[in-house]
Amino acid sequence: MPDDRALRESATFPASVLAEIHRAADQGIYDIRGFGAKRSVPGFDDLLFLGASMSRYPLEGYRETCATDVTLGTRFAKNPVDLKIPITIAGMSFGALGANAKEALGRAATLMGTSTTTGDGGMTEEERRSSKTLVYQVLPSRYGLNPDDLRRADALEVVVGQGAKPGGGGMLLGQKITHRVAGMRTLPVGIDQRSACRHPDWTGPDDLEIKIQELREITDWRIPIYIKVGATRVHYDTALAVKAGADVVVLDGMQGGTAATQDVFIEHVGIPTLPAVRMAVEALRELGVHREVQLIVSGGIRNGADAAKALALGADAVSIGSAAMVALGCNRAVHVDDYAALGTGPGYCHHCHTGRCPVGVATQDPELESRLRPEQGAKWVRNYLTTMVLEMQTLARACGKSHVLNLEPEDLSALTVEAAAMAKVPLAGTDWIPGNNP
Amino acid sequence: MNDFDLKRVPLRDLNAHLHNDPTDEVTVKNPGGRHAIAVGIDAAIDVTIDGHVGYYCGGMNKRAKITVAGHAGPGVAENMMSGRVRVKGNASQYAGASGRGGTLIVEGSASARCGISMKGVDIVVAGDVGHMSAFMAQAGHLVVCGNAGQHLGDSLYEAVIFVRGQVGDLGADCIEKEMTPTHRQTLSRLLEQSGFQHSPDEFRRYGSARGLYHFDVDHADAY
Ligand code: SF4
Repeated sequence: MPDDRALRESATFPASVLAEIHRAADQGIYDIRGFGAKRSVPGFDDLLFLGASMSRYPLEGYRETCATDVTLGTRFAKNPVDLKIPITIAGMSFGALGANAKEALGRAATLMGTSTTTGDGGMTEEERRSSKTLVYQVLPSRYGLNPDDLRRADALEVVVGQGAKPGGGGMLLGQKITHRVAGMRTLPVGIDQRSACRHPDWTGPDDLEIKIQELREITDWRIPIYIKVGATRVHYDTALAVKAGADVVVLDGMQGGTAATQDVFIEHVGIPTLPAVRMAVEALRELGVHREVQLIVSGGIRNGADAAKALALGADAVSIGSAAMVALGCNRAVHVDDYAALGTGPGYCHHCHTGRCPVGVATQDPELESRLRPEQGAKWVRNYLTTMVLEMQTLARACGKSHVLNLEPEDLSALTVEAAAMAKVPLAGTDWIPGNNP
Repeated sequence: MNDFDLKRVPLRDLNAHLHNDPTDEVTVKNPGGRHAIAVGIDAAIDVTIDGHVGYYCGGMNKRAKITVAGHAGPGVAENMMSGRVRVKGNASQYAGASGRGGTLIVEGSASARCGISMKGVDIVVAGDVGHMSAFMAQAGHLVVCGNAGQHLGDSLYEAVIFVRGQVGDLGADCIEKEMTPTHRQTLSRLLEQSGFQHSPDEFRRYGSARGLYHFDVDHADAY
């Protein structure tokens, strides 16, 4: 039997790194996968709420109301978007997700009085029908983009970047390009779709301003226009989005999910959501448009606490993608053999790119898709959103707030020096914000 | 018949008229290089613009026949769905970008990225087109009666390109292909519709080698 020294793992070359090098040697291509960053980064778990005590009054749970409504797109649009809760469903493509998943998300959003979002690949009838408030994405690929859908959308979202891959384009592997998906995208069936990372008809913020003017003219200035960016140089991007005429800035941190992206991209590009929110709010304040141009934050939002902390840092709403998919059954411990066939197991799956989703969420295969019934999925997502809202209200009341949007950085305290520096809230037990005071 | 003088009338009034039960013929005077002129029309009407236009003229057009009696700025007829846009002068970059149907005719030359990401539109250019034209073009036809710049048809999908003059060079995965009788027919129809006299025999056809449709480590240098 070998002794412990002989079995000592290398810190530089642990088993996972060795396996990746072997895989690269076999295949000669980067690893492409779904889900989102798996590495650990400073996040909302590193912040705590202070709660009320002697110097603050809490609100009475179950008796004193704590409102959750928010209006988005008040800057230029004739018809801003009124939401009952400050949690929206993020853009996910039909193609990456099946039609049942998209419909379930639309139904749940409608039941909760919030919005859902299309994705790369266009708008499906199922999702337009099932969503009272639907945000229509304008993406670099322009797959399926058309003026009729533009006009029947409730808001537009010009996607500049995505947290999982800021600077990268879409990707959908051949196994998911079925006849319907191919038809919507004007692509041959079954080929690997390489989609562009830059828009075909504008480059830079000055052009974008003109592009937005065009979109407003086409939609007669009725609906709000959001600009979505992946979190990188957040201060500049937020300011430039405001300058380009955004009604709403959507900011996606590096923990944001993806259906298929190079692993190297997911893990090594972009900054975490925690500092990103604070940077965006600072930029909006500097320009005097905080709350006039609304900020939606996404990327690793999992529960009411994450959402409440993002709001306390100054966001107007949060958006969930991966978490909504998990509510739909992603990584649930059912059909375990099918996870095994993908070489994974429930709790570890990131195989959206394969199109063989064991729970019928990220697939175009009719048999797999039938595992997710839209009614059941909608119920799960509604329950999950309801839970998140109750959690947010609980935390807001504890801080003495009658509206979740009244939460403020003053209600927060940081657990780590990193989180204190990134969110610019004091380290717990001190009044120290690294970088602000010595 | 309805005249809109953009020196006097705001652009918003023009586009609002074009969207809501417009008159059969509309003339736009003094466009002055303004952006987003005559965008988002969904009506079988004739629009004539007397002068030069800025960005995105005729964007997302459906059914209308739009004529620009001047030069057009970037993104003319972007994402057009149907109808016809004719530019009497030159067109700037991204002409017909991601267009899905209808015909864009440029009587002068077009600039870089003409027909980028096109998805079914037919584009006919009397003069030259700039570099990266038909980049990632998915469907439709790009007809160039003059010369094409560098990297023509880079990462092409199923769009078909016809060039009469010289090609700077071909982009990744774009190759010259045989001009079949069907292609000759299509080309002659497009030339005739556009009012250009050339014979299809003077053109060469380019299309996708389809070598990038599935990743192959031996093609890695094309990425
Ligand atoms: S369970 Fe489905 S949705 Fe979840 S990571 Fe796996 S393939 Fe993707």
